[in-house]
Amino acid sequence: MTTVSDYERAPTVAREDPQLAQHLEKMWEGKKGLYGWLSTVDHKKIGIRYIITAFAFLVAGGVEALIFRLQISWSNVHLLTPEQYDQLFTVHGMTMIFLYAGPVLSGFSNYLWPLLLGARDMALPRLNALSYWIYLCAGIFLYSAFFLGFGPNDGWFNYVPYAARAYNAGPNIDMYALGMILLGISTTVGAINFIVTFLRLRCPGMSINRVPILIWGTLTASAANIFAIPAVSLAFFLLWMDRNLGTHFFDVTAGGSALLWQHLFWMFGHPWVYAIVLPAMGMVSDGLPVFCRRPLVGYTVVALATVATMVLGFGVWVHHMFATGLPGVSLSFFSAASIIIVVPSAVGVFAWLATISLGRPVFTTAFLFFASFIVLFTIGGVSGFMTGSVPVDWQLTDTYFVVAHLHYVLIGINVFPVVGATYFWFPKMTGKLMDERLGSWNFWTMFCGFNLGFFPMHISGLLGMPRRIYTYGEGMGWDWLNLITTLGSFLFAAGVLLFIWNVVKSYRYGVSAGANPWDAPSLEWATTSPPPPYNFTVIPNVASRHPLWEDRLEDPERKEKSFIGVGLALDQGKETLATTSLDAEPDLILKMPDDTLVPLLLALCLTVIAVGLALVNWWVVILGGLCTAISIAAWLWPEAKLGETAVPAVTERGNG
Amino acid sequence: MAERVSFERKLPVGAIDTRASGWWAMIFTIFTEASLFAYLLFSYYYLAVQPHLPGTFPQGGAPDLSLALPNTIILLASSAAVAWAQFGIEHGSRWRLVAGLGLGAALGLVFLIIQYFEWAAKPFGLASSPYSSLYFTITGFHMAHVVVGFLILLALTYWSGRGYFNRVRYAHIHIGALYWHFVDAVWLAVFFTFYITPLLGLKT
Repeated sequence: MTTVSDYERAPTVAREDPQLAQHLEKMWEGKKGLYGWLSTVDHKKIGIRYIITAFAFLVAGGVEALIFRLQISWSNVHLLTPEQYDQLFTVHGMTMIFLYAGPVLSGFSNYLWPLLLGARDMALPRLNALSYWIYLCAGIFLYSAFFLGFGPNDGWFNYVPYAARAYNAGPNIDMYALGMILLGISTTVGAINFIVTFLRLRCPGMSINRVPILIWGTLTASAANIFAIPAVSLAFFLLWMDRNLGTHFFDVTAGGSALLWQHLFWMFGHPWVYAIVLPAMGMVSDGLPVFCRRPLVGYTVVALATVATMVLGFGVWVHHMFATGLPGVSLSFFSAASIIIVVPSAVGVFAWLATISLGRPVFTTAFLFFASFIVLFTIGGVSGFMTGSVPVDWQLTDTYFVVAHLHYVLIGINVFPVVGATYFWFPKMTGKLMDERLGSWNFWTMFCGFNLGFFPMHISGLLGMPRRIYTYGEGMGWDWLNLITTLGSFLFAAGVLLFIWNVVKSYRYGVSAGANPWDAPSLEWATTSPPPPYNFTVIPNVASRHPLWEDRLEDPERKEKSFIGVGLALDQGKETLATTSLDAEPDLILKMPDDTLVPLLLALCLTVIAVGLALVNWWVVILGGLCTAISIAAWLWPEAKLGETAVPAVTERGNG
Repeated sequence: MAERVSFERKLPVGAIDTRASGWWAMIFTIFTEASLFAYLLFSYYYLAVQPHLPGTFPQGGAPDLSLALPNTIILLASSAAVAWAQFGIEHGSRWRLVAGLGLGAALGLVFLIIQYFEWAAKPFGLASSPYSSLYFTITGFHMAHVVVGFLILLALTYWSGRGYFNRVRYAHIHIGALYWHFVDAVWLAVFFTFYITPLLGLKT
């Protein structure tokens, strides 16, 4: 066992060599078998788990959508009962927005961040594992309610008084509320981990103006999450209290306020929308330029626009509430703020267009997904600022126009970039290239299916079709539009199936990729595919935004060069380097934790508390609470190996 | 292994003062916790400005300060005790560390006991009105935080007594203390909202 025998040391600088690699492998490789699987804290394994779990939820949410699309594909269909329909569209929204869109980006960021930053893991590897396990527990918790027949049924934003006990007596909303609180913990600890990693684990030389845009995207989203998530967790907790303990927060008849729910929900909800698109935009900002064979145009403004979008994103929540009768001054403020967001969004669009037009595009599948994202984002953005205008919103609110808008935004800015990112980074994750021919089929099926399915919704919305209706009479003029939408959604689903088929096929039979198949510029491509458990044999040292493109990008001003194969070895145990927050100067040698079951146990304990609250059984809650406290104490118990305790007195004397 | 040289200067190893990852994590944990209290107090003010019958918000008029004010001072004193412990360990004094943390935990416990009497003296329950729901929920959230902080201080006192920390390695102490100072500081916001704003006219 390694022990920390001194408080400071001058680390060794070495060139990477097989002997050092072997030494690191021994310390960093996890245990084999079930124990290793359950106890791993490796960000790459956790990231891939996140991605696979999120895609499983994407498929589940997609199947739900296909079923209820059949119900409304023509007038007067009675394939489902109204209650089944309510649960299906609510669970669909919950799944896509909370269990797919956020977690899939956490997955990619988890996998990629340490590789992009030149670090050996996230700053808090055990917290990373905790974040995943809670996410999984929350997903299972929410879906078990659905499978037992009491899934949420009041729409994903769950307005009171529909969601109050008096109008919705079953356990549906209680399960939704508690599952969402659990999921909120997962998102919060994940967000904290990203922020600390950004501030502390960038490799030497990677000042904040040299990080990839994906880092800016996830960082911004994480910062937003730590401020926004408490609003929705609290809203759901207060709702649970109203329903189970007789409080009167949202109870208008007793002096509470139904609008309080809407405020708390959307104070979270709108920042969350940006949190589930900004990292995806970041992936495009990093991936697209690789296929245009040039750096991104306007790095600085794109980074600033990312942050600006999020800051403004905190001041627009009331545009979800324009029709609630708020005072005119409030409506004008929030309308103006909503429309101003066009500016930072347009900065991104023009930067991507300029990158394509000034570059020499290579039309790979990843490029097609990234480039089509620009088109879909523009359409979704335009319908967004249309509804940001109060009179237009009054006309269109709660119609299919809004459904079209939110799907163009969420599928256009989340799903398309995520699928593109999979084509782009799959070779890094698996060492295999994905099939480009199948990829082309995959792209065109998804792109045509998506637009065929969702564009007509704009028209049905303009024709007055309300969202969430169970069925409609003939003669409304909506039949053909809905039939086209349903056909388009099935075509889109076929495209998603092609994608999954391509992933499975390429994983088994794909062509070997090598370290840098796309000849890309950033650090993740400097290590092998897939990367070793310790990511980098020596810690890289970067002198530009494009460490692997420095030879070809002539820059007369640059005097320094990046060092990739020579750097700090940090081989006295599981170690990585902490650097200063702005300039990324070496600051400290971090001791990294070993694999442990404690995060899994803690996630289970928290789930027990949620189950106890669902049953309103205080003994179960207390049991879960005690186990939680014990798990946390075990987690935080000071360890000599992590450099957390004083060195034994004898050694201290020895050091003088 | 071929050419190996030493880095130009020595770097600290492990969890050292405010450079420990846990310290940074606690900063952002506090940001998110502070946001939680901000949303709780937002709910209070939002419901406070809705129309209510006279004398129902706060229910029974402005709450009495006779327990709450001394209790506030006790909680602030516990923060001072913990800060004294922190300065102690920075100077290598283990007895000050143990004594300060122990005193901080004890004062935290006194705060909880007095809060219990404060709750017991209320003529209304959780489900009586929007005000009573807010009062018990928000002070309850705060008490839950005090309980967590109290457990943290107990653990830190125990570890300190076992000699786990010294003048260089005390990151755990600063991280736990930071949380305790936050729990105390946020009480001032809760106290101001419930006990002072009705005196300033925010009542029906």
